[in-house]
Amino acid sequence: MSKKFIAGRRAGTMAVAMTAVLGLALSACGSSDTPAASGGDSGGDASLTFIPKNLGNAYFDASNVGGAAAAKEFGGTWKQVGPTEATPDSQVSFINTAVQQGAGAIVISANDPKAIGGALQQGRDAGTKVVTMDSDTDPSYRDLFVSQADAAGIATSEVTQIADQIGDSGEIAILSATANATNQNAWIDLMKKDLADNHPNIKLVDVVYGDDDDQTSFDKTAALLQSHPGLKGIISPTTVGISAAARYLSTSEYKGKVALTGLGTPNQMRDFIKDGTVTSFALWNPEDLGFLAAYAADALIKGDITGAEGDSFEAGKLGSYTVGADGVVVLGDPTVFDKSNIDDFDF
Amino acid sequence: MSSLLTGPETTGARPAYADHQRPWWQRLLFTRDAAVLALLVAVTAYSITSVPFFSNDITLYFLVLDLTPILLIALPMTLVIVTGEIDLSVASTVALSSVLFGVLHRDGVPIVLAALLALVGAAVCGAVNGLLVTRVGLPSLAVTIGTLALYRGIAVGLLGTTAITDWPKNWTDLAKQKLGTSMVPLVVIPLVVLVLAFAVLLHFTSFGRGVYAVGLSQEAARFSGVDVARTKLVLFTLSGLVSGLAGIYFTLRYGSARGDNANGLELQVIAAVLLGGVSIFGGRGAIPGVLGGVFLIGVIASALRLADYSANVIQIVTGLLLIVSVVAPSLIGWASRSRRRRGPVATPERPVVSEAAPPTHVPNGASK
Repeated sequence: MSKKFIAGRRAGTMAVAMTAVLGLALSACGSSDTPAASGGDSGGDASLTFIPKNLGNAYFDASNVGGAAAAKEFGGTWKQVGPTEATPDSQVSFINTAVQQGAGAIVISANDPKAIGGALQQGRDAGTKVVTMDSDTDPSYRDLFVSQADAAGIATSEVTQIADQIGDSGEIAILSATANATNQNAWIDLMKKDLADNHPNIKLVDVVYGDDDDQTSFDKTAALLQSHPGLKGIISPTTVGISAAARYLSTSEYKGKVALTGLGTPNQMRDFIKDGTVTSFALWNPEDLGFLAAYAADALIKGDITGAEGDSFEAGKLGSYTVGADGVVVLGDPTVFDKSNIDDFDF
Repeated sequence: MSSLLTGPETTGARPAYADHQRPWWQRLLFTRDAAVLALLVAVTAYSITSVPFFSNDITLYFLVLDLTPILLIALPMTLVIVTGEIDLSVASTVALSSVLFGVLHRDGVPIVLAALLALVGAAVCGAVNGLLVTRVGLPSLAVTIGTLALYRGIAVGLLGTTAITDWPKNWTDLAKQKLGTSMVPLVVIPLVVLVLAFAVLLHFTSFGRGVYAVGLSQEAARFSGVDVARTKLVLFTLSGLVSGLAGIYFTLRYGSARGDNANGLELQVIAAVLLGGVSIFGGRGAIPGVLGGVFLIGVIASALRLADYSANVIQIVTGLLLIVSVVAPSLIGWASRSRRRRGPVATPERPVVSEAAPPTHVPNGASK
């Protein structure tokens, strides 16, 4: 008798309880209605939506800082939305939402060159400009790709740094990511060419692969130093490799004797720069990348450029940029970090 | 009338059938399903009036496209959970069927045949789960955690980190096609057919009665003639088959067959099913509530995205809602019991049921 009563009462109370939770959630979103509306009510103003590969990624947190700063400079609105996981399809619903809101431009780092293509195309049909940065889609789905750096620029930067640090002569080795990593292999080939052409006294004695795994990279560094006692320098063009190698060097007898450079982030390398294990390393500056992408998107929205080869636009403090083949804009040479500037960066 | 129930059961069983002593409209309205559907209506109404751009009819289009794989898999998942089992390998099966579809297409197999073979592969995945659970007698939680990793591993192994993306445009367009000039996607048609098929299977066939019976008590089900092993095997196979279908839809919608497709989808499906009123302990749940659960999660996510919230906030809200929906029945039960213990204060509130009320004892696990 009472059980039946409870059943009826239970469902009712449950509805009340669930509505309360939702009420909380939705009143929270109600309060943020205004920026969304003002950002999207006309496609004409520069409303930018940044969609990173995933949230909570220090690299994109830095590019966001640049994007927001640029939008502030040219008087546009800026916001970031995105998925928690970098899966192929996870960005699609956020692209769709930005299109529904009538965003002026979407600036996105693609998790998959194809999976988000349909959604981006739908946005472009509706008048939203699409700029990819850091990681491109198929060129047909976007107006512009803002590339962090070209392969030749990265290779030259690495070789120049190691040459400076070892006095342009002696044995060096490379600690790479995986044996079939596309980017790293392209850079290594260019480095070999640069060494042969411009640094005849430097001898590349070995290329080893740490598989972008911290422990493997650490062990490979140890093995490298054992098997090549005359080694003077190591280049590690991968953020995992360089920090593992630095960790090994910093606690070994080779600290300060074997030079190490490569691609790393200031936050992971700060201690090794300060204790003298590493003199300098490089990486493109993700903050500048976001800054440039925002300016590129603004130029597209304003109609100053269409994304065709040869178009040029101004990007505030970064200066003037020209669109290359396939709608690619290159940020420029990587930024070199050393004792003098490392504390200016946080990513 | 009560003489219809014989012997000592007459008195013992009455509280259990108390639900059925109420008028039909009360039984229809005061259910978990009705609560979820009412909440869905409330949230949708609020979003239409208060969330910018939500009222645009393209919202519905994106909503259906996004929810299709979740809704598809939620159907067999409902039946699996009602039997007291669970299938955690569904998202990996989606990925495996997507990759199989892709590899076969790449190797020149005609696209329809490739799709059929991918479906067969997915059904085999489901049957393997079913056989391990029924023949070997392992708990489905352990089995499907294993096959979650296994099927995902095979999918990633077959394609590595590459993706197969050269799909014929007429096929990828089909996944996004709209019905005529409306904003209703074409996929609604197969969706409706499958929803109806599963609703009929669960609620209007003896197989469906058996599903509830297994979930409430395997022993009792076996003694009343339900082939427990066969029921579960069929359900796991169906779960694989429908996941395979979701995999083909997924591949065509995104034009990309990859090993990491649909990562984490199993949790979204299970969340929607539980929110829809299906008991994780088995024996209770119904298709209408599950539909409500799937759309409720979808509408909330859509509204929050339009209000510029990122995925983390959406996950927090969905998680809270799920916890409330699971905890609320226990809390309310506890509150009712303690109120009853306080005695006479509560008594007048309780409607008095006439002893003569006919116990229309249609066994209805759905309405609890």
